[in-house]
Amino acid sequence: MKLKTFLTTTAFAALMAAPALAQQISIKAGVLNDRSGLYADLSGEGSVIAARMAVEDFKAAEKGIKVEIVSADHQNKPDVGSTIARTWYDQDGVDLILDVPTSSVALAVNQITREKNKIHINSGAASSDLTGKACSPNTVHWTYDTYALAQGTGGAMVKAGGDSWYFLTADYAFGHALERDTAAIVTKNGGKVVGAVRTPFPGTDFSSFLLQAQASKAKVIGLANAGGDTINSIKQAGEFGIVAGGQKLAGLLVFLTDVHSLGLATAQGLVLTESFYWDTNDQTRAWADRFAKANGGKKPTMVQAGVYSGMLHYLKAVEAAKSKDSAAVMAKMKEMPTDDPLFGKGSVRVDGRKMHDMYLFEVKKPAESKGPWDYYKQVSVLPAAQAFRPLAESECPLVKK
Amino acid sequence: MFELLGVPPQALFGQVLLGLINGSFYAILSLGLAVIFGLLNIINFTHGAQYMMGAFVAWMCLNYLGINYWVALLLAPLVVGATGIAIERLLLKRIAHVDHLYGLLLTFGLALIIQGLFRNEFGSSGLPYQIPAELRGGVNLGFMFLPWYRGWVVVASLVVCLATWFLIEKTRLGAYLRAATENPTLTQAFGINVPLLVTLTYGFGVALAGFAGVLAAPIYSVNPNMGADLIIVVFAVVVIGGMGSILGAIVTGFSLGLVEGLTKVFYPEASATVIFIIMVLVLLVRPAGLFGRAA
Repeated sequence: MKLKTFLTTTAFAALMAAPALAQQISIKAGVLNDRSGLYADLSGEGSVIAARMAVEDFKAAEKGIKVEIVSADHQNKPDVGSTIARTWYDQDGVDLILDVPTSSVALAVNQITREKNKIHINSGAASSDLTGKACSPNTVHWTYDTYALAQGTGGAMVKAGGDSWYFLTADYAFGHALERDTAAIVTKNGGKVVGAVRTPFPGTDFSSFLLQAQASKAKVIGLANAGGDTINSIKQAGEFGIVAGGQKLAGLLVFLTDVHSLGLATAQGLVLTESFYWDTNDQTRAWADRFAKANGGKKPTMVQAGVYSGMLHYLKAVEAAKSKDSAAVMAKMKEMPTDDPLFGKGSVRVDGRKMHDMYLFEVKKPAESKGPWDYYKQVSVLPAAQAFRPLAESECPLVKK
Repeated sequence: MFELLGVPPQALFGQVLLGLINGSFYAILSLGLAVIFGLLNIINFTHGAQYMMGAFVAWMCLNYLGINYWVALLLAPLVVGATGIAIERLLLKRIAHVDHLYGLLLTFGLALIIQGLFRNEFGSSGLPYQIPAELRGGVNLGFMFLPWYRGWVVVASLVVCLATWFLIEKTRLGAYLRAATENPTLTQAFGINVPLLVTLTYGFGVALAGFAGVLAAPIYSVNPNMGADLIIVVFAVVVIGGMGSILGAIVTGFSLGLVEGLTKVFYPEASATVIFIIMVLVLLVRPAGLFGRAA
């Protein structure tokens, strides 16, 4: 078993001597994500840095809480992720697992966390099932989900006149979920779906599928895929004159690092939904600068920001509960409002859904950008209540109807 | 007019053309593999990583040195080929006399190391590379919009493939090469420097991968895993064509691109597997591949 565990001890030995609290609580947090593949740039080491920054900003040591952070690479494989999660919980004394991009791995870790009665704060995964039919009293889904992405990008495109859709869907669970959630929004808003093509995952050449989408005459081509698939399809759509021909591309899951990889010349005009952008206000800019210094100049993605925010709220809950008992901490996390410089004020709902506003962004033209990482302009704000699935429609057994 | 299984002919022509375009990448890459296997008897698992290096060298040329696409198209294969020569002289040469498997393991390990190094330096999500200004836009063929760049890819790879075939099958140098493949000891006895020939051949095969990488940079995502995603298919192409067969690699490369393109219209879900299904069928009927000679 190739278990790469990078131990990162954040022990402020000197400060720990502070006699403020009689009781010491030690916490071990595991950041489990992709450190070598497709999603390594948008989560990876950056998420570990974000978690560490949360510990610093909370001044955990002064408050008598000792935090150790460990990390590992789940390689986007559910079996690898499950093994690491079990080892962490059973042998290494890990109290909570953070991040976990890739829905299939997240669903597995969600299940194990529930069995072991620990805590999982998910930032990286997309599937809305984490707070839907797979919801758990031990999981908080922090940053975004497929429902919010569909509401944001899907809803906005239909309102802007894009009332007929054709989907390019990555042929696995995540792609299907994203297509399903978006198609529902499109139809609800009076649009129609004229067709869809299931593309093998991962793919390199999308020109054939793009030509099929072009032939469908749909006004919007919805890209229900992620990472390299999205990058390749956007790049090739530009090449085949799809956007120039009047059809619009809807990138249903596009991260800041994807735009960085595409370059503005190719990505300009793309509309996308995110819950965090570093250049939103003074607080996010200041935080992003600190983050970039530690991360080789790369600005944070919403996933990394979500790890910070989730870790911070967890620590506040531990402080309030004066214990790291999972049930007590989860109760505090849901009871206390969330508040941090990155996502502002929010709350954690009974089904584990973290509630905050989502933003609709448009990618800038090269001329509008002041330099690397200056990529988005804000189109609109989607209030939390609209962005996420209402409790009334929830499939989560924790929600009492 | 007629319709074929519900697909209008216009759409079909478009897909046939796209299939040929993708086939050109398969052809160049499998050609390099076939040349290397033919002479060195090494299954070069580093090929995908070398293709990736080609794309990255093109990117570095542009961003660090301001060298444009056309120069990079010549320069990158030379640079990547030179690294190939170094690998051959330093490593592959030492295991030439032992079983195939060692070469396979060595090149596979090298591929992982190279990919890891690039990932460490450039991250995993890739780098932007624009289509050269001269080849932007395209032409409307009536049945489809053909980007100039795609047209260029087909032409460039056809020329390179045919030139390679000509070099190996019709020239004196090619004759030495084939002789050395057949019986290295005897060829050496005639005064031909076989070790040099081996080194240059490996360098050339690798340079072909680098060339394909530059061709791919403007249209595919330039990331450290780009070769790993493609190389499995290319191996299947080589096996179907017949290990070590030059013409086999070229013809199979283009025709499998075509088959894959058509599958994308009729049953897209199977387009990633269709090549492997063909591989199984071919191996059942002709174990040495379509153009291969039985050992």
